[in-house]
Amino acid sequence: MTLDLEMAEIAKVFFQESREGLDAMESGLLSLDSSADVENINTIFRAAHSIKGGSATFGFAEVAAFTHGVETLLDEMRNGVRPVTAGAIQTLLQSCDCLREMLAATEAEQPLDQGRIASLNSEINQILGESPVEAAPAVAAPASASAASSAAQGTRVNQGPAGPCGWRIIFEPVADLLRLRNEPTRMFAELARLGQMTVRADISRLPPLDAMDPESCYVGWDIELTGEIPRQALADVFDWVDARCRLELIPLGAAPVETVESAEPLVPAPPSDAATVHAAAPGAAANAHPQKSGADAGSIRVATEKLDNIINLVGELLITQSMLCGFAEGIDPSELDLLRQGLSQLARNTRELQESVMRIRMLPISFAFNRFPRLVHDLSRKLGKKVEIKLTGEGTELDKTVLEKITDPLVHLVRNALDHGLETSEQRLAAGKREAGTLELGAFHEGGNIIIEVRDDGAGLNKAKILRKARERGLVPPDQELTDEQIDNLIFMPGFSTAEQISDVSGRGVGMDVVRRNINDLGGHVQIFSKEGQGSTIRIRLPLTLAILDGQLVRVGKEVYIISLLAIVETIQISRERLNTLPGQAEVFRLRDDFLPVVKLCDQFCIEPDSRNAADGLLVVVEADGRRAGVLVDDLLAQQQVVIKSLESNFKPVSGIAGATILGDGTVALIIDVPDLIRSAAERREGAMTAHAA
Amino acid sequence: MRQMVSFTLKGAGYEVLQACDGVEALDLAREQVVDLVLTDVHMPRMDGITLVRELRALANYKFVPMLILTTESSQEKKMDGKRAGATGWIVKPFNPPQLLATLARVI
Repeated sequence: MTLDLEMAEIAKVFFQESREGLDAMESGLLSLDSSADVENINTIFRAAHSIKGGSATFGFAEVAAFTHGVETLLDEMRNGVRPVTAGAIQTLLQSCDCLREMLAATEAEQPLDQGRIASLNSEINQILGESPVEAAPAVAAPASASAASSAAQGTRVNQGPAGPCGWRIIFEPVADLLRLRNEPTRMFAELARLGQMTVRADISRLPPLDAMDPESCYVGWDIELTGEIPRQALADVFDWVDARCRLELIPLGAAPVETVESAEPLVPAPPSDAATVHAAAPGAAANAHPQKSGADAGSIRVATEKLDNIINLVGELLITQSMLCGFAEGIDPSELDLLRQGLSQLARNTRELQESVMRIRMLPISFAFNRFPRLVHDLSRKLGKKVEIKLTGEGTELDKTVLEKITDPLVHLVRNALDHGLETSEQRLAAGKREAGTLELGAFHEGGNIIIEVRDDGAGLNKAKILRKARERGLVPPDQELTDEQIDNLIFMPGFSTAEQISDVSGRGVGMDVVRRNINDLGGHVQIFSKEGQGSTIRIRLPLTLAILDGQLVRVGKEVYIISLLAIVETIQISRERLNTLPGQAEVFRLRDDFLPVVKLCDQFCIEPDSRNAADGLLVVVEADGRRAGVLVDDLLAQQQVVIKSLESNFKPVSGIAGATILGDGTVALIIDVPDLIRSAAERREGAMTAHAA
Repeated sequence: MRQMVSFTLKGAGYEVLQACDGVEALDLAREQVVDLVLTDVHMPRMDGITLVRELRALANYKFVPMLILTTESSQEKKMDGKRAGATGWIVKPFNPPQLLATLARVI
C-alpha cells in the first residue's frame, strides 16, 4: 500500500515532467518549421520517448500507446526515412495538445477523449503509411522480446514442452563472461530459486596456473534443475549472457537422467579484484551525494507558499531593523558610532537577504513568452496571414505572481495584433511591405519596473475611424479635440471595439479595457503608440514585485500614510494664487498648463490636519492611468521600502487604501491606492460640475 | 523516469547518484566509483551505449555491473550494449519490484 502512495507521488513528478517534455516538443516542433535540424528532432524524439516510457511504467496504457505512434513518426523523421512536412508537424503539434489533455484527464482520473485520440492516431498512421518504406522498425517490436531470448540461446537441441519435470542445462560461457560482470554464481542462485538444482563444474578447459588469466572464465557447467519450469524462465536467467556462449537447454525426460556425484566447487576461481569491486551495496549511507534532480533546467522547484513565508519573515526583519534605527536616535552619544556601524551593517545584510530571497520568486518572462510561438503559429494559420514572431529579452525576470497575471492580457494583445494589426499578405504586398508580418515581443528592465512591449509592423491604428467610433458611442464629446496619442489610447476605453466583424480570434467582448484594468490592478500601466501604415507598439510597465514597495512617507495631522514613489511625479509648495475653487467645492491647482484636481487626505480620511490653510501644506503630484492629481499633505517624511501587508486578507478591502505596513516605531501606516484616489477625485469633480450645470 | 528509478532504489536502501546525461554520468563516475551503473539508452549529449563503452575502458570500472534501460523494440540496442560492455539490460516499461529483482541479479 505504501508503495502505491509512493508511486502516486512519483506519478505526480511524471505528470509534471511530461508537461515540460510536451513544452519542449512543442517549441522544438515550431522551430522545425524553419529548419529540419537533426539534433532538434532528436530532442523532440527524446521527450516523446520519456513520456512513452513513463506512462507505460505507471500503467497509463492509452497514453503510452498514443505516444508510441508519435514516437515512431519522430523516429522515422530522425532517421531521414520520413520527410519533415508542414502537415506532419501540424499533426505532431496537435498530438502534443492531445497528449496534454490525455495526461490531464489521466491525472484527474477522468475519461479520455477517445474520438480525438482515434482521429489523431489515424492521421499519424496515415502519414506513417504514406510511402512504401518498409514497416517502421518500432512497429514490429512487441514480438521481439521472445526473439531476444531465442537468439541468446545459441544452439538449441530440443524445443520440447514446458519442462514437465526439469531441465538439464549445459552452460559453457565465453572467456570474458566475468569482465562484463555476468556472475555465474548469481545466475545459479536465480536458477536455484526455480527448482532443485545440482551443478557440476566442467574444469577440463582450465589452463595451468601460470598460463591462467585471472579475469577470464575457463569453467563450464552442467546443471540439473528439477521442477516444473517454463523454458522462458530459464531463458530469462541466461538472457544477458553473450550469444557466443554454448548454452543447451535439454528437457529432462527427453534425455536419460544422469545421476550426479557431489557437486564440484561452484565458483570458477574468482578473480581477486572482482571480489573487491563487488562491494555490499544496500544500507551504507555514509557519503551520500544525492544529485539535484532538477539539474536539467538548472533550477529547483519550490512551493510558492514556502517562499511567501520566507518573504514574510524578511519583511519582519526589515521592520526590526528600522525599529533599531529608531532607537539609535535617542542613545548615549559616546556609543552612538558603534551602534550606527552595527546598524548600517544590519541594514546592508537585511537588504541583501531581501534581494536574494526576492530573486527566488523571480522568473524569467520566457515562462509567459514561450507560449506565443505556438499561439502565433496556430492563429496565423487560422487567419491566413504570414507572421514571424520575434522574442527579445526573454531572460528578463519578474515576480511570479505578476508573471502569472500578465499572461492573459498579453495573450489578448497578441491576438489583437494578429487579428487587427497585421494585414493579409496581399494587403502587405500592395502596401509595399514584406509579405510576412512581424510580431515582436520584448521585455527589459527600467528602474524598478519591467517594460513589456508588443510590437507589430502592421497597419497601425486608424485614428479617424477610432475618433469617429468614439464620438458615435459618446465616449468623446463632439467638440473636443484630441491629440494623436489621446486618440490611440481611446481603444482602452470600456465598450470600444473597431473590429468590423466579430471574429473568432478577437472581439468577443473582452476588450482592451479589461486588459488595461488587469494591468492597472497589478500596479502597472499600459500605453499604445501607433503610426498609420507602420504598425503599433503596446508598452506595458509593471512593478517587478507586488510584495515590497518603495514608499514615500507623508504626514497628515498625526497620521502617516505611504504613497508609492513610482506614482509620484513631483512635490511642490502651494502658492495660494494658483489654487482655484471650482463651483461645487472641488479645488483645482494650476500646474504649468494643467489643472490638477486636489485631493485633501484630511477630508478623505477625516483627520484633523495641522492647518486648514492649504498654502501651509505640500502638494504631492501623483499620476496613474495617465491622469494626474495633487494630494495635499502636511509634511513629507522619509522614503523607505515597505513590506505590503494586505488589508483584504487581514481586515477587509477599503476604498482608497491599497494595503498597510508596519513602520519602524511599530505603528501601522496605510498605503494610499493612488489610481483609486485619482479615479474618485475625477468622479467627484465631474459630479460637482454636473451638479453645478444642473 | 529517472526519479522513479532513483526513488525505488533509495527506498530499497541503495545509495543513488544521478546524472542527466552521459557526459555528466561519466564525470560523476570518474569522481566516485560506484557499485552499479544503470543507464538509459537515449540521452542527450552522450547516449547510454557510449557511456558504457567509455566506463568499461576505465580501470575502476572493469568489473562494475552496468545495466542499460531499453525498450522491447531495440533488440539491436541490446546487442550494441552488450558489445560496448554492458552486463545486461532492463526492458522498459518495468515496475519497481521488477527493477529490484533485476538489480539483485548483479549486485
